[in-house]
Amino acid sequence: MPETVQLTVTRYRPEQESAPTVQTYEVPYRKDWVVLDALNYIKDRLDGTLTYRWSCRMGVCGSCGMMVNGEAKLTCATFLSHYQRGPIRVEPLTYFPIIRDLVVDITDFLHKLKQVKPWIVRREEKPLAEGLSSVRPGSGQALLGTGEYRQTPEQLELYKQFSMCINCMLCYAACPVYGLEPSFLGPAVLALAQRYNHDSRDQAATERLERCSEHDGIWQCTFVGECSKACPKNVDPAGAIQQFKLAGTLHWFQSLLLPWGTK
Amino acid sequence: MTTGPAYTSHHPRWYRRRVSVWWWLESWRYAKFVLRELTSLAVAFFAVLALFKIRAIAAGPEAYARFLERLQNPVFLLLNGVAFLFVLYHAITWFNLAPKAMTIRVRGVRVPDWAIQAGNYLAWLVVSAMAVWVLRRG
Repeated sequence: MPETVQLTVTRYRPEQESAPTVQTYEVPYRKDWVVLDALNYIKDRLDGTLTYRWSCRMGVCGSCGMMVNGEAKLTCATFLSHYQRGPIRVEPLTYFPIIRDLVVDITDFLHKLKQVKPWIVRREEKPLAEGLSSVRPGSGQALLGTGEYRQTPEQLELYKQFSMCINCMLCYAACPVYGLEPSFLGPAVLALAQRYNHDSRDQAATERLERCSEHDGIWQCTFVGECSKACPKNVDPAGAIQQFKLAGTLHWFQSLLLPWGTK
Repeated sequence: MTTGPAYTSHHPRWYRRRVSVWWWLESWRYAKFVLRELTSLAVAFFAVLALFKIRAIAAGPEAYARFLERLQNPVFLLLNGVAFLFVLYHAITWFNLAPKAMTIRVRGVRVPDWAIQAGNYLAWLVVSAMAVWVLRRG
């Protein structure tokens, strides 16, 4: 077992240089270390100027996505032991503009995410008071139902997979379509749109379909399929988009045959 | 904020890499994808060939015989062979990806991917067998 391993890290200091460079660091090799541990070691012991994002270090927050040896990875879930011989190449997520070192600008993603309304939309909200009014006299126990939106396990199952998305954007860094056409809404945004489309409590599927059927939406996806391979949460955005295309096509046929019945 | 990619104004010196024209050669997985896309050319080739065949049949037995003779040309044989391999690749990748788009639920449980793939392959076999049967009968 090697005692140390080399990390080749992208550096970009906009006040000093006009293009990114690389810097190599030697860190202790430990079997239980992930790439993020190695970066933290560099920051603490070797070079405090190295800049990167991280938070939970347990694959939940989605902040520490980077390119490790050319593949989009959560650095908190990528062990040094996968790359024993080294050197390990650590770069910022591709296709995103680099702000500094390993930190990229994600404004574009957040801007697109908002456009597909990733929340439950109701035409008419059930008043909460409905639930309160049905308190059983004398018992103090509220009767469930009226003011709530209840769901069966089967209804939950329909969208649960897509709801696992942590917005880490690894799928964007794996998607060549996003690289070539930066206007593309992209895998995570479309999968999250599907997450709400499939939710029995939501009523905005048609609205989302209209937004996602525009030139920068589902039809720009050429089904490379790499987003689903990169996803650390098995969301399967590629599947979501193909199902979205199918739903869009069916909706189009429906509106052709029954123009009065689709709204 | 305008529509399309918008970036915060606080980072006037962010660095954006340009995607190389050769991006699909950077990884074998991307190359396989581009190959899959290119198979559509072979599909188009067979479609055009079928149109020419129909025209030859319409023009009478002599024209059809000439058409068949032209296909014996080694260049055409090679082209057909390569196109056939491409179409085969097209079909196989298509069937393998089918479960991504088709989510069928039976009594609330999602039908596993392999079952959908098997169904597609089975349908392919049945249709092919029927085509062979029709051709051999005639």
